[in-house]
Amino acid sequence: MKRNPYITEKIAFALLFLATILVLLPVIFIVFIIIQKGISAISWEFLTTSPRMGMREGGIFPAIIGTVYLVAGTLVFALPLGVLAAIYLTEYAKDNLLTRLVKLAIINLAGVPSVVYGLFGLGIFVIFLQFGASILAGSLTLAIMVLPIIITTSKEALESVPRSFREVSLSLGASKWQTIRHSVLPHALPGILTGIILAVSRAAGETAPILFTVAAFFLPKLPQSVFDQAMALPYHLYVISTQVPNVAEHTRYGTALVLLLMVLSMNFLAIVVRSRFRKLKKW
Amino acid sequence: MWFAGTHALKTLNLSVFENEILGVIGPANSGKSTFLRGLNRLNDLDVHFKTSGKIYLDSQDIHRDIEVGLLRKRVGMVFALPVPLPLSIFENIVYGPRRHGIKNKKELEKIVESTLKEAYLWDEVKDRLNLGAMRLSGGQQQRLCLARTLAVNPDVILYDEPCSGLDPISTAKIEEAMLRFKNKYTQILVTNNTKQAARVSDRTAFFLMGDLIELDRTDKIFTSPLDKRTNDYISGRFG
Repeated sequence: MKRNPYITEKIAFALLFLATILVLLPVIFIVFIIIQKGISAISWEFLTTSPRMGMREGGIFPAIIGTVYLVAGTLVFALPLGVLAAIYLTEYAKDNLLTRLVKLAIINLAGVPSVVYGLFGLGIFVIFLQFGASILAGSLTLAIMVLPIIITTSKEALESVPRSFREVSLSLGASKWQTIRHSVLPHALPGILTGIILAVSRAAGETAPILFTVAAFFLPKLPQSVFDQAMALPYHLYVISTQVPNVAEHTRYGTALVLLLMVLSMNFLAIVVRSRFRKLKKW
Repeated sequence: MWFAGTHALKTLNLSVFENEILGVIGPANSGKSTFLRGLNRLNDLDVHFKTSGKIYLDSQDIHRDIEVGLLRKRVGMVFALPVPLPLSIFENIVYGPRRHGIKNKKELEKIVESTLKEAYLWDEVKDRLNLGAMRLSGGQQQRLCLARTLAVNPDVILYDEPCSGLDPISTAKIEEAMLRFKNKYTQILVTNNTKQAARVSDRTAFFLMGDLIELDRTDKIFTSPLDKRTNDYISGRFG
């Protein structure tokens, strides 16, 4: 039988369209349900007070603050380390076996399950380095988890800066570091920024890495130093959903909504930053 | 000079005189760009590049006696395609001076004005120095690149097919600038346009397959070359 190419085309188009819609549906569904069931829990009190009555009442303020601390701590470690490593790998490292191994390791690091990072953090930071379960240990664990994201996106951003910019700068007698500082980094910044924001949203949302390294079931007061434990949104959500009986449904969904909003707004920020810089880009 | 095992430029012995314009002609893969980029050590950027032999600038070995940044400051380069940095016109020109430590605003403004005048661009852009350089036309961009090269006050200027993408009028302006620079800079012009070499250069070198075939006064190369291959190339029989 001879196939009619126009009908084939129509079928192919329908299939591709269907696939796209199917990808989109769960996302819309999840967001919709969480908003629908959680929006009633959101109030000023919910966002700014501590949980009461064995977490069945009150707010989630300590968990929000804990997550903010953890994200900030993660950035303190991962940002300089990741960006500097990316600069070294793209601009300075020679193309030899060692460099290729390092790059391969970084790519593989991105594929390690997050619970493995959690156990690693427990072994190294909590026990071996004796930080205990603390914001410091949790931040370091999360930092190691997001390092591959920051390095990979920064590397791509640096590599996308045209080689001719480097040649021009060097041909004017600028040193290598001057060239990187003034002719490469400024143009790679939006890409690097995007990577950082993605790393932040990942660090804010993960449960497994903080499970053994920092997260507390319940704390009566806010953490006072980096050696204190902290509550965190993803873990708090896990706790009130599975560990504490009889928590009102809207409280659980409200917590999920806050977490979702934090992560989504950061992703949104990344998109805005990227598109604004793309407009400024003049090549 | 080798790139990843390919012998791009073979043995050659060549002197460039002060304040002359040396034209370098030859077909593709003749090694003329490699020669040029060897002079400011831009070839070094290629990790697979190897070189042997010596190049002297005022009797100083450029691989041993001069720090590479200083060498490139003294030996400026204009590239085949105009490459303005994605900055304003003003910032493009002061890029080099800033890297060499000039911070005084007045001084930078003076450099911008004088170099743009020298590159025949001042009148066209003097009212919009803060405009993005990428928005200039191709010919204007190339003159901007020339001004940017002048801004670090070089002794030697290398041109790597500077007019290959330009219209005849922009080409004429660049050639005019080159001729006027003759008492100030030593200039080496690599070009695919043999007529351009004939118009501008004092002496002309003909490269073929990585060898220097012939080097002589331009009028002599173009009227009575000694080597048959030179004759064939300039008369358009190959290349």
